[in-house]
Amino acid sequence: MRYAIVRGGESRSFPEGDPFLSSGSSIEDAEAVIHLGAAFVPDPGKSAILVELGTESLAVHTGEDADDAFANVVGFARYRNGDDPPSRLVELVRRPWTKDGAVEAARKVFENAGLEVVLCADQAGRIIDRLVRPKYNAALRLLDEGLATQADMDLTCRLGLGYPDGPIERVKRGGLAQHFEVTQALFETYGTPAYAPPRQAIVAARRERTGK
Amino acid sequence: MTTIRTVGVCGAGGTMGAGIAIVAARGGFRTISYDTSAEALERAAKQTAGFFGKSVERGKLTSEERDAVLGRMERTTKIDDLAACDLVIEAVFEDLEIKRSLLRNLDGVCPDHTIFASNTSTLSITEIASGSTRPDKVVGMHFCLPAQLMKLIEMSPGLLTSEETFKTAWEWTEQCGQTPVKTQDKPGFILNALLVPFNNDAIRAVEAGVAAPGDIDKAIKTALGYKMGPLELIDLVGLDTQVRLCEAFYPITLDPRAAAPPLLRRMVAAGLLGRKTGRGFYTYDGATMFGA
Repeated sequence: MRYAIVRGGESRSFPEGDPFLSSGSSIEDAEAVIHLGAAFVPDPGKSAILVELGTESLAVHTGEDADDAFANVVGFARYRNGDDPPSRLVELVRRPWTKDGAVEAARKVFENAGLEVVLCADQAGRIIDRLVRPKYNAALRLLDEGLATQADMDLTCRLGLGYPDGPIERVKRGGLAQHFEVTQALFETYGTPAYAPPRQAIVAARRERTGK
Repeated sequence: MTTIRTVGVCGAGGTMGAGIAIVAARGGFRTISYDTSAEALERAAKQTAGFFGKSVERGKLTSEERDAVLGRMERTTKIDDLAACDLVIEAVFEDLEIKRSLLRNLDGVCPDHTIFASNTSTLSITEIASGSTRPDKVVGMHFCLPAQLMKLIEMSPGLLTSEETFKTAWEWTEQCGQTPVKTQDKPGFILNALLVPFNNDAIRAVEAGVAAPGDIDKAIKTALGYKMGPLELIDLVGLDTQVRLCEAFYPITLDPRAAAPPLLRRMVAAGLLGRKTGRGFYTYDGATMFGA
């Protein structure tokens, strides 16, 4: 599957130096076009148009209703915890009316690059952020309430559940200000307390804004 | 050095109790396994012998060490036989009244210095301790399944637990080679307080059509390095168990994430309990996913 990359800004999925960036072909030759950090131009003539997503929904780019011009547009995000190197996971996002062929083309692009691909609906947080952010919120709240020390909470998850790292060490390593940004976006969409940014993330975001 | 010499395990005919008895005996303590069912005790004794037999095969124990450990293990269906225990660990059915009643009975059997430890994963240590006339001697000691393999123990003092009781119990776990962590006496302590709502969130994601179970588990394992995805884990422990955990947590916490998701209840009603019935979020005679 030949792909072209259009880079319009910084990409969290494929940062500078990622080998994936150097394997693209020209747009004319490509079957799929990948837009990183940029607004995109629809091109129904391609097998797939891939749009990198941040915290926003794919519908922000395509509109909610079926539109032939966007039927081959597939959203994607490569999971990354803060400034950790990107993981091997790519979440593909489709609208109900996205063509199956476009999804399969997008899958091939990433699988051919050795990445693991999952498919999800166009819902806030996709799979990972939807599931892990409330857990991080709960862990930070329980820490504030004195349930246990951070070290014991993280150790419990490593020893009791076999996690490679604990929830608090992980979310702190990723950056509490980044956690604020993601949870704020989720909370705006879902409106449920589980997604509300926790105290420590609010503090981190405010300190970042004021340059502290 | 601990002052504990003899350990009693109540509910030792069950999986958790039998594992705790192994930990205690392996730690060098005379261990009395107590259960009201002689059959369950017999079954557990066979499993214990099998476990230590494999330990010898794998070179983790010599046959002499195995014999010594097994020689420290006794079993009984009479609660009066726990009279010599310095520490009694209960791993009976997760029901507040059953645990309170057991403590009341132990009060009449055990000497004043005996420490009572509860392996509860969901109930309040303080509420369990209220069944005893000596709540200062009651402490939470939550082992993880399988207890004979997992090092972690969540240790929780109740409101009336004395510092000496907590310290002695803590040191005993260390002497057994376990890794204790201290938590407050709150629902689910650390492990289940984080895990039960997380697993419910994964079920709700399936219900909301976010992704298929296989994609959710694959995403979690790939991105976070977990050994199992949440839906694989629920299938392993049983969907009915997940409902029971929710029913223990939600009324106390009123946390919406702890409430049993409607899909979970429907699947339990349909007999889709996970691995033990051959079908849950996955089927186990093939790779087909339920609902995919």
